Amino acid sequence: MKRTGVFICHCGINIARTVDVKKVAEELANYPGVAHSEDYIYMCSDPGQNKIIDAIKENNLDRVVVSCCSPTLHETTFRNACKAAGLNQYLCEIGNIREQCSWVHEDREKATEKAIKITKSTVQRLLRNEALEPISVPVTRRSLVIGGGIAGIQSALDLANSGYEVVLVERSPSIGGHMIQLSETFPTLDCSQCILTPKMVEASKHPNIKLMTYSEVEDVSGYVGNFKVKIRKKPTYVDPNKCVLCDECSKVCPVVVPDEFDLGLTGRNAIYIPFPQAIPATYTLDSKNCPGLVPIACGKCADVCEAGAIDFDMKEEIIEEEVGTIITATGFDLYGKENMAEYGYGKYADVLDGLQFERLLSASGPTGGKVLRPSDHKVPKEVVFIQCSGSRDPEMHCAYCSKICCMYTAKHAMLYQHNVHGGQSYVFYIDIRSGGKGYEEFVQRAVEDDGVVYLRGKVSKIFEEDNKIKVWGVDTLTGKNIEIDADMVVLAMAMRPSDGMSELTKKLKIAVDKDGFLSEAHPKLKPVESVTAGMFLAGAAQAPKDIPEAVAQASGAAAKAITILSQEQLYHSPAVAEVNLNLCTGCGMCVDVCPYDAISLEDGKAAVNDVLCEGCGTCAATCLRAAIQTRNLTPLQVHEMIKASLGG
Amino acid sequence: MAEEFEPKIVAFLCKWCSSAGSDLAGVSRMKYPPNVVPITVMCSGSVSPLYILSAFNQGADGVLVSGCHPGDCHYIEGNYYARRRIALVRKLLQYVGLEPQRFQMSWVSAAEGQKYTQVIQDFVDTLKPLGAQKKLRRKK
Repeated sequence: MKRTGVFICHCGINIARTVDVKKVAEELANYPGVAHSEDYIYMCSDPGQNKIIDAIKENNLDRVVVSCCSPTLHETTFRNACKAAGLNQYLCEIGNIREQCSWVHEDREKATEKAIKITKSTVQRLLRNEALEPISVPVTRRSLVIGGGIAGIQSALDLANSGYEVVLVERSPSIGGHMIQLSETFPTLDCSQCILTPKMVEASKHPNIKLMTYSEVEDVSGYVGNFKVKIRKKPTYVDPNKCVLCDECSKVCPVVVPDEFDLGLTGRNAIYIPFPQAIPATYTLDSKNCPGLVPIACGKCADVCEAGAIDFDMKEEIIEEEVGTIITATGFDLYGKENMAEYGYGKYADVLDGLQFERLLSASGPTGGKVLRPSDHKVPKEVVFIQCSGSRDPEMHCAYCSKICCMYTAKHAMLYQHNVHGGQSYVFYIDIRSGGKGYEEFVQRAVEDDGVVYLRGKVSKIFEEDNKIKVWGVDTLTGKNIEIDADMVVLAMAMRPSDGMSELTKKLKIAVDKDGFLSEAHPKLKPVESVTAGMFLAGAAQAPKDIPEAVAQASGAAAKAITILSQEQLYHSPAVAEVNLNLCTGCGMCVDVCPYDAISLEDGKAAVNDVLCEGCGTCAATCLRAAIQTRNLTPLQVHEMIKASLGG
Repeated sequence: MAEEFEPKIVAFLCKWCSSAGSDLAGVSRMKYPPNVVPITVMCSGSVSPLYILSAFNQGADGVLVSGCHPGDCHYIEGNYYARRRIALVRKLLQYVGLEPQRFQMSWVSAAEGQKYTQVIQDFVDTLKPLGAQKKLRRKK
């Protein structure tokens, strides 16, 4: 006879408020196969764990069920407690009576009944569990970092400086991300390029970093410690080793398209360098906008290139890399202008977004750091900044707060005041959110020292008249209507996950939240991990955040990756598929459905590679003869669980 | 007045999306009826037709299979297999005369606590007027 110990947790009153914990323990005490049953206020506490250890020894228990919170929280705790008492860790299972019971129900009697069913069902499963040992797998001790903005660069540098090889993949021609587009950074007014370019150079020169720009992740397979990644390296048609940056090619290029780096405020040629400090320092021929490569329709750039760097025959390459961990740091884009028609964005040339205004302020920008109107290149005498453009608007736009706009708008207004003497800036806001070191003081400085006028309220209408942008709104503090004849309007647009994020997350098999940002494994305690083991998150891809937060998270993600990369071996769950050779007819259906190529036919029978098998169980549900099943979750176990769940 | 009929439901939830989504419903203290007892499996693709038949056979009034959204399966494509298999099971159940509403499949991601709550509430509301399931129930 099996000797199961059952332990029911009160979780303070989290469970005990709606579940009669004592009744559950009493009911289970008389359940077949159960030798010991008790309840305790906090099973996860040290005394709680000791109760389990003592009970195992005193009552000679051979398996343990703990009914408590979700197994994602304390399964490891209780399995370790069992191990400490000499029990195999896979002879401990968790019944979830908190997240899936006490927290979602109000009727005490019915919740108690359900908690009993859940616990009995867990006992039924456990009675048929085998003692197993974790399967050890070697670790590929290098990492992939996706995204070459500040977060990706920081993660890559931290990993590389710890001695691990890094493949840093960036889809655009240069690393630097959005930070390299910024002028100054709040609250210190550090020059953004000046503080970022040293890191870019370090990343490009680091012997442990393999930099792959103009490249995209095509496919990811494998599992923690052993991912296989296919990276598509797009052709730049320029050999970076030969290019001497003479700029003769772009001078003769007949094509002009909007410049992405200046957000359409200027144009670039089809052959171009994104910005002077670009890394790698080379030109890129944008084949989408080139008049034609095959057959060559123009070829002027190659004619003038004395270095012979232009190679129209360059082909796309698929490069395969093996890595142990993956950090996704794909950043953000701004909420699309097509969504903000009500503020005239995209309709009036002098209605800009925050990033465009950064380019106007930037010394390397299209105006050399002078604030000028795009429409007529005149100095704007009055500028209106509108915060929460697209943010905090669940009916029309994004429900969330984009977090950084209060601060960068204060910076924009402040820098405008410094730049245009006698000019006046106005900021429309809902609230000022300036939590952060030195942030509140920075906003106060904008108001008190630089004379920025803050108006609490929303803008109702924006239209162009007499070469002015008329802004109508209301100041809700004075109750007065406001009409400003502005020369320029700057919208603090909402941040959203960068373009292409949803395709990438499908390749990576990591989850996104309702707004499309990457989901962390736990909102409080696992903020840099994804639910998938070995995959980590950094920067604004996870949620809107400013530079110091992105950097901190990037270092955190690198440290978490190192906890895997620093190990010789990883252990993965032994709950893998096993074949009953007596029943297997070698039909091969399981081989076809296995997503991991973990099953093959050997001597006419299915054979499972334990290291590759992830235990999903798709093979078991496919087999017509029930000849393959996953260990510790077999059809028999599920049938018994069903029975107990139905009160049988 | 007779006590209102309370359907018994077995819900097969995949560990990575739907079980995590139901955990989120709990963490967010959303409320739904206690008629469902969840069984967490690794993947919706591991739910054998036999599990569904077994649940009806043992007296379930409704069976739910819930997995990751198509394209988001933690195990790459398990939920596609589940989707095809479940379409066949549904036909089989209709063929033997079971009300089609008694068997449902849903896609609930780890971020969709609200959706899980809604799925359960709707399922219970659908099952209540149908009364007890007797078609496939084992004769005592």
